[in-house]
Amino acid sequence: MFDALADKLQSALGDLRGRGILDEEAVSRAMREVRLALLEADVNFGVVKDFVAHVRERAVGEEVTKSLTPGQQVVKIVHEELTRLMGSSDSRLAYASRPPTTILLAGLQGSGKTTAAGKLALLLQGEGRKPALVAADLQRPAAIDQLIQLGGQVGAPVYADERGDPVKAVHDGIERAKADGRDVVILDTAGRLHVDEPLMDELAAVRREAKPTNVLLVLDAMTGQEAVNVAQAFQERIDFDGVLLTKLDGDARGGAALSVRAITDRPIKLASVGEKLDALEWFHPDRMASRILGMGDVLTLIERAEAAIDEQEKDELEARMLKGEFSFDDFLRSYKMLRRMGPLQGVLKMIPGLGKQLEGLDDVDEKQLSRVEAIILSMTPHERRVPHVIDASRRKRIAAGSGTTVEQVNQLLEARKQMAKMMKLMGSGKMPSLPGMAAGAPTMGGGPRPSATRKASSKRKKKKARR
Amino acid sequence: MARSWGELLGEADAAPEPEEQGGRLFSRLRDSLSRSRRALTGELAAAAFDPGNEADWERLEEALIAGDVGVRATAELVRRLEARGELANLDEALAEEVAELFGEPPTLAIAHRPSVILVVGVNGTGKTTTIGKLASRLSAHGHSVVVAAADTFRAAAEEQLEIWAERAGADFVGSERGGDPAAVAYDALQAAQARGRDVVIVDTAGRLHTQTNLMEELAKVRRVLAGRLEGAPHETLLVVDATTGQNGVQQARLFGEAVGVTGVVLTKLDGSAKGGVAIPIAYELGLPVKLVGVGEQLDDLRPFDPLDYARALVQN
Repeated sequence: MFDALADKLQSALGDLRGRGILDEEAVSRAMREVRLALLEADVNFGVVKDFVAHVRERAVGEEVTKSLTPGQQVVKIVHEELTRLMGSSDSRLAYASRPPTTILLAGLQGSGKTTAAGKLALLLQGEGRKPALVAADLQRPAAIDQLIQLGGQVGAPVYADERGDPVKAVHDGIERAKADGRDVVILDTAGRLHVDEPLMDELAAVRREAKPTNVLLVLDAMTGQEAVNVAQAFQERIDFDGVLLTKLDGDARGGAALSVRAITDRPIKLASVGEKLDALEWFHPDRMASRILGMGDVLTLIERAEAAIDEQEKDELEARMLKGEFSFDDFLRSYKMLRRMGPLQGVLKMIPGLGKQLEGLDDVDEKQLSRVEAIILSMTPHERRVPHVIDASRRKRIAAGSGTTVEQVNQLLEARKQMAKMMKLMGSGKMPSLPGMAAGAPTMGGGPRPSATRKASSKRKKKKARR
Repeated sequence: MARSWGELLGEADAAPEPEEQGGRLFSRLRDSLSRSRRALTGELAAAAFDPGNEADWERLEEALIAGDVGVRATAELVRRLEARGELANLDEALAEEVAELFGEPPTLAIAHRPSVILVVGVNGTGKTTTIGKLASRLSAHGHSVVVAAADTFRAAAEEQLEIWAERAGADFVGSERGGDPAAVAYDALQAAQARGRDVVIVDTAGRLHTQTNLMEELAKVRRVLAGRLEGAPHETLLVVDATTGQNGVQQARLFGEAVGVTGVVLTKLDGSAKGGVAIPIAYELGLPVKLVGVGEQLDDLRPFDPLDYARALVQN
């Protein structure tokens, strides 16, 4: 699934590189793939239609920037639009000016309300609140027991009234929470089908009684096209303020989140990302967008490539590198970029034609980066520009100044030399074959630690094997 | 004619559900399926469907997608309909093709004494409720049942199952919370053998199919059952919530790899969800649906009848 959409878009748009802009025909081809990807992710088909139309409008005529392939460019636009759509309103909870703040959880059976109630209590407790749980689920056998057990694990009081109706249970629960000085009350209601009129009436009555500060719809991330009907029905009856998305630790793409956001205009506020009680997080629209597109990693890469360096700086560096003029200043600068981008690839990716082949190289060891930085900063500006002046005594001084050994300084000097050589080779078009290059790439830093590039290349192999 | 429990359980003198009964289920299923704003082919108005019109095909595709049938199975259905050429009655043709993808009406393998039914699925699909109803149905058909609470993870899961077992008149085997699920399953099977019971139904904790350690735990439950009784479990049922989208296919695939799923139970069909994901599960993985849940009541668990379901799915 990894970056499947990007690959498809790449093959749909691969021949576009020379043209410079995304023309109408190319965008149409791309939009077919986007549409399928969104449908496969369970985004409601009506929402897909609108969304694709909107993206098409934005994408046509867009300039293809040098650093991205046309496929990546389209993905970027789609991702930005998805993120904008999902994150354009506040994801925070509202807090009552006069406590307690009340949070009503509602949703279908099995969406994970009771577990979510426990997790939410723990999350809010971690933020300095004093939550209490109220069981208003008098339907499911043993639901109250489950909430009591969760409350025990979290360390929050649970108010439950075995008999009696939910409205009364909520009323009493809130009163008891007030008396006990709790400042947040989480109300766990029974799961119900949105088409079950009597139960929806009951939920509306609970809402009227509780006058909750927040009403959250608890939605299973695996929900299909039905999410729209569910959300609309709950919106009509209890007008929720936001969505708590559950079971995101599975591999569901979670298109339902987008559907609900688009149809009801209510934000996703929280996401449950694991079985354990501490696995509830505030919602990140960008992560969700990546997930729906099924392509987290590629996207991060695009963003990093863009953030790491501006266009002009890149051109200059590129030009110097290709001539084999690669000073320690350049080295340091590219190393700082690498920090944000991953090893070697960071520099190489900017060289036209190489980016795609180098996908998958992974992070450089952080310690090693700081060591490289320390060594270079211990050089004089002249030494950095003209590295060959660095003789034995200068090496000793640099090693002392950076808290490293002469051997490590030597390794770095050698690494720069290798790199400069390689850049020059590439500049002249005599690029060695890639696996060879990865293996022969300079090792930086020292000691018994395996080199960053070797580590990366073995990771890349693993990644390939997984696909 | 709807499929009866007698047929599902492979009883020698089994007859289809009497017309009245079957009709009731059919209309009930259809009612619930069409409760959504738009039934699957709602927009299509069969008479107006023109096989020569590209837009009509597109509307058909959209209707199937909206029913969670998914892109690939939709493409397959459309391909089959196109191959028919003649489409005077689109609804019936579509129902036939959907039923065709599901294959023959299945049976539940409970001939062995005792038979073991392992029930698995992701969290919140209704495993425990399904087991309660199944136990009750089996009892009503003269089979003595032991239910095993091998869900040792979820708070209060055991209490819930015990309540159901009591209602169904079944024996109950439980354990401490946090105990070993395989041990519970083993104890239950042993108890059934000692007491001469007919069927053991093993409830397991809901787990996401991506949690490898939990899937491994499930595989162990299966191994332990097989070690105690050759051929066990005789059925491994995956419970899928009808509101599930395309992730249902992935669930069926990964649970299948871990424990060899033999059939699907499609629950919560009483909402407006159509459970269309059962179609790609059958089409892509060849897994039959064996039971459907259409409501909260004990008798709302029903044998699955492919054509019946297909008709309810596509007709207004």
